[in-house]
Amino acid sequence: MRIESPAAFAEFRKSAQAKLAQRRAEVLVCCGTGCLANGAAAVAEAFAATLDGSATEVKTFTKRTGCHGFCERGPLVVLRPAGILYTKVKPRDVKEIVDKTLKGGTVIPRLLYKEPTSGQRIEHYQEVPFYKHQTRVAMRRIGHIDPTDFEDAIAHGAYGGLVKALGMTPEEVLREVEISGLRGRGGAGFSTARKWRSCRNAKGERKFVLCNGDEGDPGAFKDRSIMEGDPHSVLEGMIIGGWAIGAHEGIIYVRDEYPLAVVNLTLAIQQARDAGLVGQNILGSGFAFDIRISRGGGAFVCGESSALMRSLEGKVGEPRAKYVHATDRGLYDLPTVLNNVETWADVGAILEHGGAWFAAMGTTKSKGTKAFSLVGKVKNTGLIELPMGMTLRQIIYDIGGGVLNDRPFKAVQTGGPSGGCVPEALLDLPVDYEKLTEAGSMMGSGGMIVMDDRTCMVDVARYFLKFLTEESCGKCVPCREGLHQMLAMFDDLVAGRGKPGDIERIERLSRGMQLGSLCELGKSAPNPVISTLRYFRDEYVAHLERRECPAGICRDLTTYEIMPETCDGCHACFKACPVEAITGKVKELHVIHQDKCIACGACYDACPTQAIRFLPKHQLAARGVA
Amino acid sequence: MSIENSGKPVTLTIDGKPVQAHSGEFLLAVAQRAGITIPTLCHHPALEPYGGCRLCVVDVTEEGWDGWCKMVIACQFPVKEGIIAFTASERVIETRRVVLDLLLARCPDTPLIQRLAREYGIEKTSYVPNPNPTDCILCALCTRVCDHIGVSAIATVNRGIGREVAPPYHQPPPDCIGCLACAEICPTDYIPYTTSSTSRTIWGKSFEMLRCPTCGRAHITVEQARHFAGHGGVSEDYFTTCDACKRKQMAGTFQRLQGVLPAAAPPAR
Repeated sequence: MRIESPAAFAEFRKSAQAKLAQRRAEVLVCCGTGCLANGAAAVAEAFAATLDGSATEVKTFTKRTGCHGFCERGPLVVLRPAGILYTKVKPRDVKEIVDKTLKGGTVIPRLLYKEPTSGQRIEHYQEVPFYKHQTRVAMRRIGHIDPTDFEDAIAHGAYGGLVKALGMTPEEVLREVEISGLRGRGGAGFSTARKWRSCRNAKGERKFVLCNGDEGDPGAFKDRSIMEGDPHSVLEGMIIGGWAIGAHEGIIYVRDEYPLAVVNLTLAIQQARDAGLVGQNILGSGFAFDIRISRGGGAFVCGESSALMRSLEGKVGEPRAKYVHATDRGLYDLPTVLNNVETWADVGAILEHGGAWFAAMGTTKSKGTKAFSLVGKVKNTGLIELPMGMTLRQIIYDIGGGVLNDRPFKAVQTGGPSGGCVPEALLDLPVDYEKLTEAGSMMGSGGMIVMDDRTCMVDVARYFLKFLTEESCGKCVPCREGLHQMLAMFDDLVAGRGKPGDIERIERLSRGMQLGSLCELGKSAPNPVISTLRYFRDEYVAHLERRECPAGICRDLTTYEIMPETCDGCHACFKACPVEAITGKVKELHVIHQDKCIACGACYDACPTQAIRFLPKHQLAARGVA
Repeated sequence: MSIENSGKPVTLTIDGKPVQAHSGEFLLAVAQRAGITIPTLCHHPALEPYGGCRLCVVDVTEEGWDGWCKMVIACQFPVKEGIIAFTASERVIETRRVVLDLLLARCPDTPLIQRLAREYGIEKTSYVPNPNPTDCILCALCTRVCDHIGVSAIATVNRGIGREVAPPYHQPPPDCIGCLACAEICPTDYIPYTTSSTSRTIWGKSFEMLRCPTCGRAHITVEQARHFAGHGGVSEDYFTTCDACKRKQMAGTFQRLQGVLPAAAPPAR
């Protein structure tokens, strides 16, 4: 059905909301990628099957939603309107939920979230600390709607911002975005309004609006969740952007490794086109804007703007110098605005609620909210969105619940391979663009990897180097040859083969790569190295000079042994060892056989009595135990 | 910065020296004209700038930037009024040194790289020398010239350190016309080929040669004549006579017209 005018849109929204209100209750089953991997599809099916028979009785509908964010506890089920959150739901729990909670009105304590410190069970999802501290803008509808249900999205406010925008002049829209202070959520943090304005002022009849959905940082998945869970928010932002800059074509560049995002976006575009929100004469305004999807082939470098545009042109996705901005000469050398998925998702809300509303959140220079993927050694891994300026401590401890197994916190890596590691001393750092950059890291894609004391910082830097070595396109010398040589030096360091002067060589090469590389991939590639050198230089020295890994991670430098006085023969290490290097009977002393041991540390992590310790390999060798 | 490709006259400063140019011109060309040398490896005046070797890095600043410099590559940086460029600042030299040091590790036996590295004070690479030394510096001049003449028989393939120049699937390239432009433009003579009076081989593909009916020299491949005839809108026959003989014939025609030589039967084409 085509919606011809703003009035017709309001009517349509009203009827969609009325239809929703008829439902007595809803079962929201998280069908984000994390929960699906944990079996959410079967849970949703079980609900649908059980409720279909009794739908008339309880008037409850099953809804397959996008990612709720609390991936650690999935599959997640939220019962509305009560807002009860059930975690780790199995298909076999479904009948009990229907009988006891939906029909009987009583909660099932076993399925409620248990607060780890107090042991208290929390009933409502808004009360769970993980959700309590969040403010969701870009992800405002995710988890509440079925991303494939157009009416559901409309009832929850989708395209409300677009209706407002089309009632304003493009200049007024630009000013609203300017007031909001929105900056690029892809990580670089360039002012969105300034970018739009340059493109609006650029000469040319044909202009492009692009969406960067090539999220490729290890540990980042916020763009994925937005595209999967609320694709209309992305479309809405792009149409508004097109109106503001005077473009009529939009392209979403999605990596092909995100199949569900491609499916949901494709469907959303079709729905929006059928409703007259995409295509000719949108809502009777006379404005035309079309959107299509282009699937990326999986090269990390194609997330870089100039490479992304080459890829869209059908050429090899390699960056080129950007002395002329894309807003003047971008895709096909025509004026182009490229924004990140999250940026586009913010735009609709900004137009809906006003720029001042958005600017009221955040810090002086970084306004609004920011989505993060919180992962690593943290209790509550998942997807979060919070106002800028929250401290790392609040994020990791209040929302994240602290370090896994209550181990000591060591560092948090932000910004993916282009970012850096922030140490414990800076835990009270308010998170915004400037503060993270000052700390030697960056906002980047919003990946946040928490690391505990069992993390070797040299090994971490090496991990990111290895990732980038594989992803460097190889066009320019500093990135191609520099990463290759840098990785070789790190391979030597973690294997105890470091040579005198290696640290200085690494620093010099880092500087050369930062200054000399063609694109941001190469320029920022040394960031993980530089930041770990800045805060954990002693670990580098230990690896290089003493051939020791202080965290006991680098296998070539570490060995494990069982302390006889503490071992109670519980047999846990025996079970944990993947190579059968441990022998011992239950209630007897266990022994690690060094000839078989691969120093993986599984026994150390499994031992309940801390009877296993690690020590530098050379110490054991000195004792004559080879 | 917006594009100012208007070509209006501008004045800029390179290494303290005022230089006239037109806005939008590339800094490298402007500097060269002013007699200032900036090293390059992947640059060729006949081809679009590429920006791969990073050897032509220079520092650029402007009035009001408070001394802050940004590092750019001269081959691709469009000049505008008032910019101040430093082609040999300390960090420019240091960046070039890192680049050459890395290239010397990749190509330890390549004379061109050895010479450039030595100019920057590097006798031996500080990195691990390539266990399989190559002369290919991946400047992509070969692939770009091949694209430029409309053939695109070869390309750079693979990513990162595995990048190389190759014909499709490492098979003799069907589109290659055997013109040798890639081999001729290669700054390190890395691309091997053989050519004789009857045939030519490059990239594993063999070509039949056309002989000049006048001097008998095998000067062009059949595919080359066909390709250029197709592009130039002339008949393939135009390419049978070699350039040298064509020049001689033309000179003769002029001389006869001027009465220096007696009229003769028109030369066979």
